[in-house]
Amino acid sequence: MISRRWLLGLPLGVATLGGVAFWRMLGGMRQGTFDPRGLPSALIGKTVPDFDLPAQLPSAQGFSNADLHQAAAEHPLLLNFFASWCVPCIEEHDQLMALRGGGLPIWGIAYKDQPGAAADFIQRHGNPYQRIAADAPGRVAIDFGLYGVPESYLLDRTGIVRWRWAGAITADVASRQLQPLLQHYA
Amino acid sequence: MIPELGHFALALACVIAAAQAVLPIWGAWRGDARLMRAAPALAVGQLLALLAAAGALVWSSVVSDFTVLNVVQNSAAAKPLLYKITGTWGNHEGSILLWALILALCGGAVAGFGGNLPSALRARVIGVLGGTSCGFLFFALITSNPFLRVWPPPADGQGMNPLLQDPGLAFHPPILYAGYVGFAVPFAFAVAALIEGRVDAAWGRWVRPWALTSWCLLTCGIALGSWWAYYELGWGGYWFWDPVENASLMPWLTGTALLHSAIVVEKREALKVWTVLLAIGTFSLSLSGTFLVRSGILNSVHSFANDPARGVFILALLALVIGGSLLLFLIRGPALASGGMFAPLSREGALVLNNVLLCAICAVVVTGTMFPLFAELLAGAKISVGAPFFNATVLPLAIPVFAAMAVGPMLAWKRATLWPALQRLWVGALVALAVGLFSVVRWKLLPGLAFGASAWLVLGAVADIGQRIRFGAIGLGASLGRLGGLRRSAFGTAIAHAGMGVTIAGIAGMSLASNSIVLLHPGESTHLAGYTWQLDALEDGSGPNYSARIATISLLEKNGDTRAILRPSRRFFPLQQQTTTDVAIRTTGFVDIYAVLGEERDGGAVLRLHYNPLAPWIWIGALIMAAGGALSLSDRRLRVGAPARQKAATVTA
Amino acid sequence: MSEATLPASPKRRGLSRKKRRLYLLLACGIGLGSAVGLMAMAFQSSIELFVTPSNIAQAPGNGRLFRIGGLVEAGSLTKTSIDGRPTAQFRVTDGHASVGVSYAGILPDLFREGQGVVALGRLAPDGSFSAEEVLAKHDETYMPKDVADALKARGEWNPADGKPPAADTWIDPAAKPKGG
Repeated sequence: MISRRWLLGLPLGVATLGGVAFWRMLGGMRQGTFDPRGLPSALIGKTVPDFDLPAQLPSAQGFSNADLHQAAAEHPLLLNFFASWCVPCIEEHDQLMALRGGGLPIWGIAYKDQPGAAADFIQRHGNPYQRIAADAPGRVAIDFGLYGVPESYLLDRTGIVRWRWAGAITADVASRQLQPLLQHYA
Repeated sequence: MIPELGHFALALACVIAAAQAVLPIWGAWRGDARLMRAAPALAVGQLLALLAAAGALVWSSVVSDFTVLNVVQNSAAAKPLLYKITGTWGNHEGSILLWALILALCGGAVAGFGGNLPSALRARVIGVLGGTSCGFLFFALITSNPFLRVWPPPADGQGMNPLLQDPGLAFHPPILYAGYVGFAVPFAFAVAALIEGRVDAAWGRWVRPWALTSWCLLTCGIALGSWWAYYELGWGGYWFWDPVENASLMPWLTGTALLHSAIVVEKREALKVWTVLLAIGTFSLSLSGTFLVRSGILNSVHSFANDPARGVFILALLALVIGGSLLLFLIRGPALASGGMFAPLSREGALVLNNVLLCAICAVVVTGTMFPLFAELLAGAKISVGAPFFNATVLPLAIPVFAAMAVGPMLAWKRATLWPALQRLWVGALVALAVGLFSVVRWKLLPGLAFGASAWLVLGAVADIGQRIRFGAIGLGASLGRLGGLRRSAFGTAIAHAGMGVTIAGIAGMSLASNSIVLLHPGESTHLAGYTWQLDALEDGSGPNYSARIATISLLEKNGDTRAILRPSRRFFPLQQQTTTDVAIRTTGFVDIYAVLGEERDGGAVLRLHYNPLAPWIWIGALIMAAGGALSLSDRRLRVGAPARQKAATVTA
Repeated sequence: MSEATLPASPKRRGLSRKKRRLYLLLACGIGLGSAVGLMAMAFQSSIELFVTPSNIAQAPGNGRLFRIGGLVEAGSLTKTSIDGRPTAQFRVTDGHASVGVSYAGILPDLFREGQGVVALGRLAPDGSFSAEEVLAKHDETYMPKDVADALKARGEWNPADGKPPAADTWIDPAAKPKGG
């Protein structure tokens, strides 16, 4: 006969399990590993789409996917889509500067921006990018499957996209997600 | 100055709530009459402080005090007065304040109406309510303070979202919250009973009115939300199994079970453990629903600020309240003496079946709502669960509930025989069968089942009354005489059950709804549901802060008579760069005619037209259910103090 | 309370406490069992998978409902009539592949080319997607709370002033170019 105690304890057991699960969900949401409304990226595990973009000041040269591939061969690099009109991009900027200071090459693409505005943005907040290109019409972004700005892609040394982050890279995201990947693909 | 006072009042309420949580329970434990008597005073004190805080916030919004951050973010100088007032609770901070206010109102109500309760029980109930309030107020003060200031104040506020300026939206939260939060009182009763170690008939009688009141309010709140979605969102539907909708349905299901279970405790002192668990569970579901939406875990059109940090705080609050009460349940549960015996076939048995089925439906809704989250958490899978799932699982479980609903009230307590009960229902059964068969043949299986169930329930309710007045057994005059003498709660039950039947008929009718999507130029027409729908004109219009395009559609009968004229429109708000769609609905009480204006193409307009039979009955049925509940509440025998508690408390029916 | 039996009925017609509990558990078991059984069946047929255009090959066939998400390809939106019903057609892309979507209905107010979209529907015989429901995603920028807080703390933006102002209108003479 099932002991009464067991039955009486069942609701508490279920509630505890639920509580633990929700705790983990919340934790995941803060770190960015759990996103109940996120849409996955199809680029993971593949090379970047073909493109060739003009320069965005203060960078003298634009770049193409071939340039990216070549540069990534030396060191995993981060491709970052940003815009001067995008507020979280400002916050992310500090983090990008820190990452660059730590030796990570970052290439930037100004998305749907005016060249003057983007240049001002860089001048005001600092330039973490080795090269910056301009995608004013936003068509390359569509090829990437961009959902908005800021958005970043990590390319490994074979030029394959290994990680995509939609949103600002916070210190938490950088340390918990990006750094381990950098070590892994170094 | 006023916001400062409001802030102070909020903090004061928190302090009083803390005292309210500790002192009376300590007093009940120690038998200190003075501390126990302090409970109602503290509850009223907390209520007054929160009224002051809420008043301060509403005042700040009405006078457009833009030094208050909450007003800046959610209001604007040009907002109509009604929405300045009702918009106070349309944002996260304001709605938390509303939650706390209603919780305090519950405490005040127990203080005011609980004079018939023994001092110790009342003290404990108020104490538990105080503890919950304290947690919520802490949460409000630390993470969701509506009185944060801004200096210098901006010229105007940001809160003119036209989508949110709607009467249905304005009144849906308070009523819904009153239902949600109202179940805190049965919860407090359950915890108090566990602390005391005693659940008896008297307890059952005391708990019922509180459960019934919350149930009525929750029913109205859910119905109002569904109706709002119907006429505002413009998709022609009335229930989307949206996670937040489900979060309101779950406590309603267990609340209904609680309502019925408490009857058994009162009448037979049985099902004690069930009832206590249901009381704890219903409020837990209310709280969890709040958590899931506000933390951003469940996303839907309702999401407020999605803030995982706030989510952690609420999770901690939940752990304390739910975990604590369930732990108490585990420890003290065995102390609840088992009550009266009954045969499986009896009114108690029927109510047990009712409990089991309602909880099964609730479990299904919980699983369906949570499954995508867990699938993502554990397996990284991206799936969604929608109407097909819920329809396939809830309907088969609901059918037995409807079948039993008509039979249950006919069964005797303790031990019943089925045949006499069925005999009284034979008319209802025949009509239901006929209606059902006709519907199945005329349409499909599902409407057939639903119409049949609807007829069964309504006629069952009539048969219930008929049985009570011994219709047919004694003379007509004598029966009518009995009718006048019937208790209100008897009428209440029958009316509420019949109301459910009306709602089911509405749902059945809506399953037969037809719609069409057409592109019409002015002068052209189309056919739907036997009518001719003609687009007469496409014109410009305007309002105080918007420009509009309005379509005029005439509904013509076969002989050319105009049955109705509809004017759906699309409004463009230049300041917010937002477009909203205004649905046009005309109703005859039996059918809803529904039209939506879409985009325009080279002189014509895309229109979506709906013919919704029996749609209004969905909400009318809900109102009838709530009215039945309210009628039962007004039955004095339900509310007046129970007879003095006896050791072997037996209550004469 | 002692075991109560009706006064005149022999013990075998009354129910012992143990038996009653057994019946109760049985009832609960049946209730729970049927719920679980119904759910299991429903999961097989009614769960809606989420698919990206690149994974369209994995999408369920046989007319089963599923969701597809991505960006609306710029320039792909056309409005036509199919079978007399006004239909919107567009392509959904995730950067690597795109799928044609056809939707007979009124597009949501937020729907725009180049924006995110999620559609619920089925595969059409020709491999395109026939949508029953189209949901547009919201605006283009993300603003997590800690980002907003950080901006406020740095004085970059005061929410009381309204929406974040356009970047090129900020005047920040004190700022020095950070880094190189």
